[in-house]
Amino acid sequence: MSSGQTLVMAEHDGTQLAASVYRSITAAQQFGQHVSVLVIGAGITQVAREAAMINGVQRVLQVDAVTLQHPSAEQISHIVLQMANAYEVLLAAHSSWSKNFLPRVAALLDVGMVSDVLHIIVPRTYQRSVYAGNLLSTVQSQDEQQVLTVHASKFKLASLSQTSAVIERLTVTGSPVPVRWISQTLNQSPRPPLASAKVVVSGGRALGSAERFEAVLAPLANQLQAAIGASRAAVDAGYAPNDLQVGQTGVVVAPALYIAVGISGAIQHTYGMKDSQVIVAINQDPEAPIFQMADYGLVGDLFSVIPALTAALSQANIN
Amino acid sequence: MNVLVAIKRVVDYNIKVRAKPDGSAVDIAGVKMSVNPFDENAIEAALQLKEQGVVSHITVVTIGPNSHQDSLRHALAMGADDALLIETDEVLQSLGVAKVLKQLVDTMQPQLVLLGKQAIDDDAGQTGQMLAALLNYPQATYASHIEINGLEATVVREIDGGTETIAIHLPAVITADLRLNEPRFVKLPQLMLARKKQINTVPLASLDLDTRQRLIQLRVEEPPPRAAGIMVDSVDALVSQLIKHEGIFA
Repeated sequence: MSSGQTLVMAEHDGTQLAASVYRSITAAQQFGQHVSVLVIGAGITQVAREAAMINGVQRVLQVDAVTLQHPSAEQISHIVLQMANAYEVLLAAHSSWSKNFLPRVAALLDVGMVSDVLHIIVPRTYQRSVYAGNLLSTVQSQDEQQVLTVHASKFKLASLSQTSAVIERLTVTGSPVPVRWISQTLNQSPRPPLASAKVVVSGGRALGSAERFEAVLAPLANQLQAAIGASRAAVDAGYAPNDLQVGQTGVVVAPALYIAVGISGAIQHTYGMKDSQVIVAINQDPEAPIFQMADYGLVGDLFSVIPALTAALSQANIN
Repeated sequence: MNVLVAIKRVVDYNIKVRAKPDGSAVDIAGVKMSVNPFDENAIEAALQLKEQGVVSHITVVTIGPNSHQDSLRHALAMGADDALLIETDEVLQSLGVAKVLKQLVDTMQPQLVLLGKQAIDDDAGQTGQMLAALLNYPQATYASHIEINGLEATVVREIDGGTETIAIHLPAVITADLRLNEPRFVKLPQLMLARKKQINTVPLASLDLDTRQRLIQLRVEEPPPRAAGIMVDSVDALVSQLIKHEGIFA
């Protein structure tokens, strides 16, 4: 392994880089090394050119082949491993894309991987969250080579450059264990996806039934163009499907506005939403723990409060 | 077909964890421990495959001190056929766990290895992928649906913003996401029966693997607390507070 070089693996949709790539470049620069960006796909010249225009990128490596239209974790890690020895640091923004293949790379390099880094304190020493963000852990890697994903929102967007970095096209030999790609379905729901929604309206057991869960929360969510979430208690009671569960054992969210309706505030739920910018709690029980973490608390009967709130927001023309 | 399910014993999801006062570690002394919830999804997936007649035998394994037997007994009570404890007082990280599991798979030759997508304590989410890589097996992570026909598994995977469907050849590694199933509740009589079952124990040291920690924890701390909020007494008061915040509406 030669030292002094950092490789950023860049996620894209075939035509455009993910915004998180710009943030991962900022993270990569903190190692103070030459930064190369790897783009993998089919017909991705445009993506490679975009990457070459990011400030701080010295070189773009383009691996472009028709067989890489929907690259598997096996294919991506196979490609990365062919070049990995040239890099001291291998880095990507944390996402379902990167966390699928990067642990494979780390294992075959015999390196312990660091997931979802919040801060690079100094090279090889990182802060990351554990227990769904309830605790912050500072860890020091003992490995020569560093393999990590970074929590993109903690790093600034890299700016655009006036000049393009060099783009090298690479071919890869051999083929990994095969995986047959069948299809991809992106959420067609009129509501935004829970994990990335700007506003989330969540319901708890106090909603009382699946019918009332929908009838009470949907108009408010529609008004606010919000995603609907649920507490584990509401899911366990059968009021909402499991994929709406917000919490340590469900989806971790950090929207601009989180409205907790009839949710008491069990630890496992609050772990999953405590990083929301503004938290509103509406609950009949003034002693509910959720009020301790809410920016705004309203004690009342949700069956009258929520329709009134929906109407008031509509009147105030907030959507 | 034989299945190996790897599980981790973690602090129960209902417990609020704290850092030790000196910030050296997470304080888990005397705290209730449970099977990692996503690993329960993995056990449930194995049980359902057995009920479909696809799977004939389910072995569940964990790594840790003798106290970790309770997690294995929980899995036995759910319906696993046998249980294995790789006994050690060391705390293994993902890479070390993957190496141990690889050696077990090499010996036991299961057609399928099931794990949770991540543990709710360290939130690393690496072990399944590392294991698949070390075995040179195909992987399907974040599974929300699994269908097995002969030696092919068709898996719906949760990805950012939707799902992806892939087909992989067995033997393979699959990691379970929350939507995969609802783990069954264990009833007391089943737990009592599971207490009597034999748990096979193998000392970690006898496997002769490099399982040292690659990440040394220097410090654990609690994030800064949220500033105290205010109580409002009406919907109108709430709305007039909310509209003072810029940019919180979609």
